[in-house]
Amino acid sequence: MPLRVGEKDFEQRVNTGLEDAFMRGTVRSAQEKLRTRKQASSEELGDWEAWRTLGEDIRSHTLEHLDYYLEQLSDKVAERGGHVYFAKTAEEGNAYVQQVAREKEAKKIVKSKSMVTEEMSLNDALEDDGLEVVETDLGEYILQVDDHDPPSHIVAPSLHKNRTQIKDVFADKKGYEESDHADDITRFVRDELRGDFLDADIGITGCNFAVAESGTVSLVTNEGNADLATALPKTQISVMSMERIVPTWEELDVMVSLLCRSAVGQKLTSYITALTGPKGEDEIDGPEEFHLVIVDNGRSDILGTQFQSALHCIRCAACVNVCPVYRHVGGHAYGSIYNGPIGAVLTPLLDGYEDNKDLPYASSLCAACTEACPVKIPLHEHLIAHRQIITEKENLGPMPEKWAMKMFGTGASKPKLYRLGSKQAHRVMRPWTKGSSISNGPGPLKAWTNARDMPAPANERFRDWFANRRRSEPDE
Amino acid sequence: MNVSLFITCLGDMFYPNAGKATVELLEKFGCTVDFPEAQTCCGQPAFNSGYHRDARKVAKQTIEAFQASSYVVTPSGSCAAMLQEYHHLLEGEPEWQAEAEKLSAKSYELTQFFVDVLQVEDTGASFHAKATYHTSCHMMRLLNVTDAPQTLLNHVDGLEMIDLPRNYDCCGFGGTFAVKMASISKEMVDEKVSCIHDTGADILIGADAGCMMNIGGRMEREDSPMKVMHIAEVLNHTEAR
Repeated sequence: MPLRVGEKDFEQRVNTGLEDAFMRGTVRSAQEKLRTRKQASSEELGDWEAWRTLGEDIRSHTLEHLDYYLEQLSDKVAERGGHVYFAKTAEEGNAYVQQVAREKEAKKIVKSKSMVTEEMSLNDALEDDGLEVVETDLGEYILQVDDHDPPSHIVAPSLHKNRTQIKDVFADKKGYEESDHADDITRFVRDELRGDFLDADIGITGCNFAVAESGTVSLVTNEGNADLATALPKTQISVMSMERIVPTWEELDVMVSLLCRSAVGQKLTSYITALTGPKGEDEIDGPEEFHLVIVDNGRSDILGTQFQSALHCIRCAACVNVCPVYRHVGGHAYGSIYNGPIGAVLTPLLDGYEDNKDLPYASSLCAACTEACPVKIPLHEHLIAHRQIITEKENLGPMPEKWAMKMFGTGASKPKLYRLGSKQAHRVMRPWTKGSSISNGPGPLKAWTNARDMPAPANERFRDWFANRRRSEPDE
Repeated sequence: MNVSLFITCLGDMFYPNAGKATVELLEKFGCTVDFPEAQTCCGQPAFNSGYHRDARKVAKQTIEAFQASSYVVTPSGSCAAMLQEYHHLLEGEPEWQAEAEKLSAKSYELTQFFVDVLQVEDTGASFHAKATYHTSCHMMRLLNVTDAPQTLLNHVDGLEMIDLPRNYDCCGFGGTFAVKMASISKEMVDEKVSCIHDTGADILIGADAGCMMNIGGRMEREDSPMKVMHIAEVLNHTEAR
């Protein structure tokens, strides 16, 4: 699945989301649950703000010295007998993985959850080569079985489906006959996947954080699927985007604490796995061969720009979980595998403005995202910065809006003109005014009055009142 | 104490009563209030929509309008937060940036000014009613004014304050967002209105004209009996005994 998903335009996607009462109910209750859990688990940590500052410091230090830490990571992986490949583009990354699969004469691949491989459309590339690729994260598996339904949430990709819908997917595609209880469905999926784990020739994982000092890949899951995907197949390939790195285990501790709490409100997830290189001589399990693919795919173009902190993202989706826009439109409305506020920031950076120019406007700038981010990415500020580029550099803003803003800029910077205009406002609006409000406004006001009344401009503005008052109290 | 009032564009044109209450309230606590006539709008509509060239012109106008002021007080959290953005907006123009910093250092949102500068928590108001308060996002998250409104409201004699469920959620105003993304904005304001109605309060108190216009406008459309008031009107309210 590429970064951008679906054929529909932004407005159609939004309307589809708004009309999907099922999805909205599911998203709403998920957000509620995750918010409460995150709050409880972060309070328990003590001074959460101090932890966020620490998280931000670690991320910005690492990004500032990314070349150094990537080299260290690469050296350490090689020292432990692993192979490292730096992929400039998605195509290069895919080609490398395809090459390894060919050399191994692989037929089946099991995967644990990885956003960057989604971004690269790695599964498509491998399937084109005739390989069977099985997603083993439950959420990803549901989507894969459901004819590659796109993910709607960074951490919980099938969040838009409730358990009845999930039951139906398995009944339809896999002959599942039991109830829609989570226990039953999960047991069924475990049975299905167990065989795949045992048969697979290659296990592909993502990477939550690579530890530079030891050449370790760490994985955070609640299902243990990453452990099986790395313990059973003879070859392991981990794919990471180039910024997902920490200097030492000490920073890993902080980042994992922030990630688990922010993502799912847990102190730690059920499985935190740290894998270093292939199986050693004295070890009883693990892959015989280990490959680490480090993917750039447009990220180095973000380094050194005003958007650099967007690369601090640890994919916890805390911003998604508090976003009221996301709650109402759902993840598919963003048309990107990265959705919610971070998706609206990242997608134009990785995929350009032309096709994503609406995303930065899909926010009321309420800043709930910025407040929730465990590494303090100023998400709403990035959205404003995108808007500036869209209107002033890319010239993609609508013409009437451009003129309206020009008039506003001129009108509001010339006090006399402004005073005159605001004095006339109530007269100009009189044809649309009933009583003290306007319920069917003209032009751009229509979008407002479709859903709400608008107060009519006051007959006596505040400034008129103030001036009259001063005049009638000459002593003051 | 001399205080210049920044009424804001929405306040001037749509909510003059909130402005009047602000003036009376400030005078009640010994402030001499002036109104620099050259003030217009804070520039936020252009800034938030990405038209920073246009916003810069308006910012400079606002800086000049309040150059002579020692304190600038505004009955709007969002506009007060915008004044704090001027420094970034005017990047590349160090002389204007220096002026922007002076303005932001002397600017306060109304409740913030009462609690932090005047050190007043009880405005002597009385109002026998059941009310709930809408925390506006920019006031809370960008300006970091979190407790002042509640502190002041808690001292109003007779006023029963009811907590607003999901008060952390945006009402869906977002300036041009309400027009550009009208369908999403409508869902957000509907959710907000339903939470407000759940409180059983008679009055919704707000401290930002934008949110009041959005929530109040939706309530009016739905024929809600609830009254929307600006916090200045409540804090300036006295009942005859």
